[in-house]
Amino acid sequence: MASLDDLKKRIASVKSTQKITKAMKMVAAAKLRRAQENAEKGRPYSEKMNNIILNLSNGISDKENAPKLLSGTGNDKIHLCVVMTSDRGLCGGFNSNIIKKAKNYFAKIINEGKELKIITVGSKGNDQLKRGYGDKIIESISFKESKNANYFDADKVGKIVIEKFKAGEFDVCTIFYNQFKNVITQIPQAQQIIPLNNDEDENSSDESYEFEPDEDEILSNLLPKNISTQIFKAMLENSASEQGSRMSAMDNATRNAGEMVDKLTIEYNRSRQAAITKELIEIISGAESL
Amino acid sequence: MSEEFKIEIVNPEKSFLVKDDVSEVVVPAFEGEMGILKDHISIISFLKPGIIKVSSKSGDENYYVEDGIVEFKNNNLSILTSKIFNIADLDKSKQEDLLKQAEEEASKADLSDQTKYLVDQKVEVLRSIN
Repeated sequence: MASLDDLKKRIASVKSTQKITKAMKMVAAAKLRRAQENAEKGRPYSEKMNNIILNLSNGISDKENAPKLLSGTGNDKIHLCVVMTSDRGLCGGFNSNIIKKAKNYFAKIINEGKELKIITVGSKGNDQLKRGYGDKIIESISFKESKNANYFDADKVGKIVIEKFKAGEFDVCTIFYNQFKNVITQIPQAQQIIPLNNDEDENSSDESYEFEPDEDEILSNLLPKNISTQIFKAMLENSASEQGSRMSAMDNATRNAGEMVDKLTIEYNRSRQAAITKELIEIISGAESL
Repeated sequence: MSEEFKIEIVNPEKSFLVKDDVSEVVVPAFEGEMGILKDHISIISFLKPGIIKVSSKSGDENYYVEDGIVEFKNNNLSILTSKIFNIADLDKSKQEDLLKQAEEEASKADLSDQTKYLVDQKVEVLRSIN
């Protein structure tokens, strides 16, 4: 059995760890509120953007000459995956969930004999994918300096994606992120952004629009913007998910530390009593033998 | 009053302005200024740098935008933009910063015709706000 001194030290160490996890939980809770607010505020923009594009693409007369960002290149050979993760650890299964989802998808693509290219956003994803898919990563981006998800950063990623698309480096682009549902549930998502998948929402009206300038020009201007917008949405959802996930992970850690302290304290008291009893017995038996 | 319609201006971070008692909105559309009244035909258009004028019961408001998309449908006007400022809240130094940025951009040599046009527009509008 560990000595009394050792037990004392362990209790102290677990207690100080508990203090840290508790503090992290508090910080995450505060950040979560802001991130959640931002995610909710950002939704109207991306929804509206989606709606307009949907209406536009339904109304487009000349489907064959539609911009490539909308209709795709006609091929399905090279897949680009943008995996969005956090820059910091200690947030439970947040990053591993995205990676797991992404890896499943990667395996499927490779099995189908297609080529795979990866862009990682956030350093944790890069760390985890480097081992298995290091040669597939063509770009890794990290926004460690920016405190909050902002549109400027998303636009940067969007521009990279579009540039590569224009250079013919890939045919299909999918982004991976965690959708924030509530503090305990975050759903890893795979969303295809090029070519645009518009079969999810069929209830848009057939009403025709007047376009100024013509619809081709509008579409070719709008689609790149939409990509940045979708990436921005993913970043917002991700940052809310990250904080939520960290909060519940740290909450669990704090609780576990508490349980451990209790258990160690009982053990400590028991061995203290055992030592006292032993001493007493020694004294009594010593006295008896006299 | 029946002559009113709804306007919603959103930027990526949040819903910037929502009003449902607007009587007229003038937007700097790509091919010239465009006034929108109630029961306008459904339209989608772009914005160039300029000033959005919103007239409602509570008075007129002016907003400076750099780019964006307008959609008008069923008496709902949606404006999506990435950069927008209420001119009433725009103080001198902020405006000068923007102007400086725009001028710098305009002085670059390798601009395509379209971006050159847009940047020049920006400079002009920012100067006119004074």
